[in-house]
Amino acid sequence: MSLSMRDPTAETGSQRRPRTPPPASLEGATVALLDIGKLRGSEYIDRLQARLDERGIASRRYRKPTPSRVASTALLQQIAAEAQVAVVALAD
Amino acid sequence: MGTVSMNAPPADGFVVFAKEECHTCQLVTPVLRALSRSDQKLAIYTQDDPAFPAGLAVIDDTALEQSFHHDIETVPTLIRFSAGCEVARTVGWDRAEWERITGLQGLGEGLPGFQPGCGSRSREPGVHEHLVARFGNPGLGARKVTLGEFDDEAEACFDRGWTDGLPVVAPTDARILRMLAGTSRKPDEVVGLIPPNLAPCTVEKVAINAVMAGCKPEYMPVVLAVVEAALDPVFTMHGLLCTTCFSGPVIVVNGPITRAIGMNWGINALGQGNRANLTIGRALQLIIRNVGGGRPGEIDRSTIGSPGKISCCFAEDETDPAWQPLSVARGIAPGRNAVTLFQGYGLQACMDQRSRTAEELSRSLALSLSAVMHPKLYSATAAMLVLSPEHYAIFRAAGWDRARIEDSLLANSTRPGKDLVAGAQGIAEGMPAKFADMMVPKFWRGGLLVVRAGGPAGLFSGILAGWPGTGIRDQTQPVTREIKP
Repeated sequence: MSLSMRDPTAETGSQRRPRTPPPASLEGATVALLDIGKLRGSEYIDRLQARLDERGIASRRYRKPTPSRVASTALLQQIAAEAQVAVVALAD
Repeated sequence: MGTVSMNAPPADGFVVFAKEECHTCQLVTPVLRALSRSDQKLAIYTQDDPAFPAGLAVIDDTALEQSFHHDIETVPTLIRFSAGCEVARTVGWDRAEWERITGLQGLGEGLPGFQPGCGSRSREPGVHEHLVARFGNPGLGARKVTLGEFDDEAEACFDRGWTDGLPVVAPTDARILRMLAGTSRKPDEVVGLIPPNLAPCTVEKVAINAVMAGCKPEYMPVVLAVVEAALDPVFTMHGLLCTTCFSGPVIVVNGPITRAIGMNWGINALGQGNRANLTIGRALQLIIRNVGGGRPGEIDRSTIGSPGKISCCFAEDETDPAWQPLSVARGIAPGRNAVTLFQGYGLQACMDQRSRTAEELSRSLALSLSAVMHPKLYSATAAMLVLSPEHYAIFRAAGWDRARIEDSLLANSTRPGKDLVAGAQGIAEGMPAKFADMMVPKFWRGGLLVVRAGGPAGLFSGILAGWPGTGIRDQTQPVTREIKP
């Protein structure tokens, strides 16, 4: 007789979604700069923000309290509401 | 769903369940002959020998299907049916009862008036769950995967990516039902959302993965507490999984349940050989992998990893009543069962066979602890010290309790910042320059967990290093949770 087992997984499937294409221009856009809390992430964002300032592009800074936890829904919603483009400083 | 049998009982008449190996069933054979001669319909189901009772028309129930459907616990069982419904039942041999139910007098002349029956084969250990799986409704919600007749179940689990690299026990319905019997919680209750995919995990899914890990049903309350502790946001299971560091969940179990389920806190407590220790830790990791979708090389980015990521679970030695168990130190009432989850890996040895005073030993252990993560990185991670019996005996002889030992280790592992800053000792790694004029503690208060385990011989203790994630103290901490039945 053949054996039957039960699926130990969450029984969910993953869906591949296309990335949002990058904007043709940053003119008039606000760039979100997210420091995830990794060491020296702020240095990277300092440099990037200075470059954006030179080009007259608006930017706003955000920070996660720890790199070990995913960004809260509230933070993601805030970034989505306040910016059109986001740069995440992922690694130290 | 169960199959429909052609051997259903008569709508009106009597049904008897019996087995040859039961002395009482043999005793009542003359009674069954008398019943067969009456004008009532009689169906005799035999559980073991289809030729028993000899000379009577019997229905083979060696598959125990009808015994299961009629919920037979004892043989012989006599049931009276009327218009398709059961109206009376007795078990064993009780002349008065048999006469009352059959309406026949003078049954079993020469027999004693009463003799208890034997256990039904359908109630032998481990059988009932098989019968539920085969003939009943197991009530399980997980998708059923049926293998081909010649498929190997261990290989089938590997092929589907369900294992940690070691073979697993195939999660059949009977095994899952037995596992679920180890908890009072309902199979469809959601325990929480398992990272990284934040997939809902039911008690049933915990049981399935516990089966695969090799757990016994009596481990289920511990496994459920471990899963809940891992899902406490402050444990940061998501980050612990994703990290490039070595760490994984280290599980310490306290309380009487450690003795009840045979956990090891003695010789080789953190090694191989104890089923409960190994499989409880493995169950958590399989749940993270299978339910949460956390797999090495995908979202698990550990640079080197560590063997403890298969399983790292042990009990604390609570044999000395003077010692405050880890769970009690972390707020659980004495005598209660609890799990503590720590983000760590290891072991690193402290082999000190010369210290004879508590002060000497504390300084020696503190020096060993300074190597955690890096000898020049301080206040950056937690650690767990596994204190062996012989090392503990030195502290105990000096009258040092847990608090005194921890205070001393924190003090002795504090170093001048000038030795630790980047560049000092010709080593680029190190603390920022602002610490140069400070005394810097290796650990913050609460960042060093001391736990007792190990065999009686050996002036060695072990160090489980922590995870840098714990350096952000308000965000990531060890978690202790009481085990509920």
